[in-house]
Amino acid sequence: MAEHAVAVAHQFDDAEQQRGAAELGMWIFLATEVMFFGGMFTAFTAYRWLYPAGFAHASRHLDVLLGGVNTVVLIGSSLTMVLAVHGARVGHRRMLLVCLGLTMLLGSVFLGIKAIEWTHKWEDGLVPGLRFTLTGADAGPEELFFLLYFAMTGVHALHLVIGICVVGVILALAWRGHYTPEYHNPVEVTGLYWHFVDIVWIFLLPMLYLIGRHGP
Amino acid sequence: MTTAAAVVAEEPRLHYLNESYGVRSWLLTTDHKRVGLLYLISLTGAFFVGGFFAVMLRLELLTPAGDLLQAETYNKFFTMHGVIMVFFFLVPSIPAVLGNFVLPLMIGARDVAFPRLNLLSWYLYVLGASFTTYAVVTGGVDTGWTFYTPYSTMSSTTQVMPTAIGIFIVGFSSILTGLNFVVTIHRMRAPGLTWFRLPLFVWSLYGTSLIQILATPVLAITVMLLGLERLLHVGIFDPALGGDPVLFQHLFWFYSHPAVYIMILPGMGVISEVVPCFARKRIFGYRYVAFSSIAIAVFGFLVWGHHLFVAGQSVYAAMVFSLLSYLVAIPSAVKVFNWTATLHKGTIEFRTPLLYALGFIGLFTIGGLTGLFLASLGMDVHVTDTYFVIAHFHYIMVGGMVMAYMGGVHYWWPKISGRMYPEGWGRLAALIIFIGFNLTFFPQFILGYLGMPRRYHAYPDEFQVLNVMSTAGASILGVGYLLPMIYLLWSLRYGEPAGNNPWDATGLEWQTPSPPPRDNFEVTPVVTGEPYAYPGREPAHG
Amino acid sequence: MAHSGVRLYVAVFAALVFLTLVTVGVSYVDLGPLSVVVALTIAFTKALLVVVFFMHLRESSGLIWVVAGGGFFWLAILIALTMSDVMTRGWLPVSGP
Repeated sequence: MAEHAVAVAHQFDDAEQQRGAAELGMWIFLATEVMFFGGMFTAFTAYRWLYPAGFAHASRHLDVLLGGVNTVVLIGSSLTMVLAVHGARVGHRRMLLVCLGLTMLLGSVFLGIKAIEWTHKWEDGLVPGLRFTLTGADAGPEELFFLLYFAMTGVHALHLVIGICVVGVILALAWRGHYTPEYHNPVEVTGLYWHFVDIVWIFLLPMLYLIGRHGP
Repeated sequence: MTTAAAVVAEEPRLHYLNESYGVRSWLLTTDHKRVGLLYLISLTGAFFVGGFFAVMLRLELLTPAGDLLQAETYNKFFTMHGVIMVFFFLVPSIPAVLGNFVLPLMIGARDVAFPRLNLLSWYLYVLGASFTTYAVVTGGVDTGWTFYTPYSTMSSTTQVMPTAIGIFIVGFSSILTGLNFVVTIHRMRAPGLTWFRLPLFVWSLYGTSLIQILATPVLAITVMLLGLERLLHVGIFDPALGGDPVLFQHLFWFYSHPAVYIMILPGMGVISEVVPCFARKRIFGYRYVAFSSIAIAVFGFLVWGHHLFVAGQSVYAAMVFSLLSYLVAIPSAVKVFNWTATLHKGTIEFRTPLLYALGFIGLFTIGGLTGLFLASLGMDVHVTDTYFVIAHFHYIMVGGMVMAYMGGVHYWWPKISGRMYPEGWGRLAALIIFIGFNLTFFPQFILGYLGMPRRYHAYPDEFQVLNVMSTAGASILGVGYLLPMIYLLWSLRYGEPAGNNPWDATGLEWQTPSPPPRDNFEVTPVVTGEPYAYPGREPAHG
Repeated sequence: MAHSGVRLYVAVFAALVFLTLVTVGVSYVDLGPLSVVVALTIAFTKALLVVVFFMHLRESSGLIWVVAGGGFFWLAILIALTMSDVMTRGWLPVSGP
């Protein structure tokens, strides 16, 4: 395999320093994202503790099947993403391109299923502030649950949209031959971001969908 | 001090200021030095806008009656004073101006790790400031800079949303700067520059960046939730739904307490540079000072509940937070002792940067000690939400931080501009600022102890004398701040050319011309010696 | 060598799907307070698999491990100290400051 000369930005001494900076930079960014989502996780934890019945009750309005399927879809997109990175590392152009495309596809499927879920919530009158029709003693905490549900899945979906766009850009650049085994930092760091978005959902699934499933 | 003769031969040569001209070359720059100057200009503007609101507050407080401003207007003015000073001046100040300029120079790098991200940080600052400016000119916001719910989400009819959006955006400016600095310090140090050879300013920037990275995102999400509440008229923090306003305070202060360390740590870093230089002596206890920056960053995250002592927080949690708040004072004390020990038996040169540093050490100590009073649960009940608190944090932020900023600007001015400022005026301004500051804020300790509450435009007659003293002090302080504006600008044209190292200081930034060339160093330096290798009598510490 | 890398990724994927099925299934069983523990343990395990294998943490330097762990640790501080207030408000009827 031919060695390609790597373009190194002027502030770096060599390609390895550039790669190391990109890797560290993205991991630090992901740490900020952990704290960003974390604020909502904190609010959720506090209210879950204060209103166990209300939250369990509200959680049962969610569709476990759709949530579970979506989880598998997103994990699948993580697989295709890591395979794309693998393709870039070994110079397997077709694997890189196909897997990036599959990642975008699976990410979009996730968003589609989410849209279906949200539509159901709207129809059932479970959207706080816009159309919330639950009544009863637990209505307050249930409304809190759904506010956090929409805030967390909404911010997550926004991150996914951004991720799909970025993967699209990477796909276009990969198509034009920008990436080689010696230089493919953007593919690597995009992969890190994508896996993070997957991890957030890994926690959202049990938090939102699986509390109180065994209850009355 | 280098004489003019050695310098004449260096001009005209290409450096970062004259290597390209035109608005585009500045607005599209990726040179960390130019980005630092863009911030300098923006921040100076912010300081004067925030200062204007302070002037109005102090004018109102000349008389006991609320006669200059209506209560609602007064509420808006103290809110906007706080929002602008905290988010648009203090948080960015030293990192974005001096850090951006000096950090790559100090570590022997050509630039920061991500220069375009650096420029983006500035644009995010400007965008955030635009939203907040819009809020200011379209009626202002009156919730206090702390935005407590449910008032901010349910009741206030003022421009909360645009202000919240502005803060959200400027938060990302701060996050990206922190990210950039951490990667730069880890990955781009010159050969031979091991961690314990780094200048202490770099250590303090590192600690600051850790806080920016870990705390600011929580502010962002909190502000977002606040906006959601306001928009949808439903409450995550609304008691009617079972929501908890104290939860808002937890999330808000999880950022805002570490934020005060974002504001002060870089200032401490400046002092650690200035004191050894003008005492001509190695810093006492280098490793202790270095680690104290990290300790402050870490411990600072564990104490936020001391802002919630009277808010309805569990008394058991309050006790834990109180104890932790005492602990966080320790690393700060370590620094103060070490600076003092460095000065001891040094050969002191009372230059302007050192005058600011000395002011910092004294005033920060007073501010810090009064923080301990506030950390005590019983004492806090009496003085929280009074002028005691206001005096406490202004001693740290203005007596400490702003003086460190001024000290740093003067210290590195020769490097930034290639010119010396007029030393006589520099000293005079520092003295005026010191006197004006103490006259403004010391009476406020007494006022708070006597029971004058904060955030009111009127007060009982017996507090008038102290308030008049405070306002008089503020006018002197204002003069003190205006002077450097004038003579620093003057020096750009008429100041004595500076030369590489007018202070005969250690540090890589002084090994390159003033102003530096675009890529900082002709040849990447190699570091072999310890930092602060001044001739003073202290034996070398590792 | 390329193929073994792919095989590993597919194996991790299979494990993640399996754990997803487990966590959904277990949620229908009444384990009392243990439900939360089990659900979180499974979630952390899945996250760990993604971080170590998909995000290549195995190949990364110690600094990256610190950054990866640091974010979660810091979130733990936020949640733990906030909950220390929320969970103890109802204790002994002591009127606080």
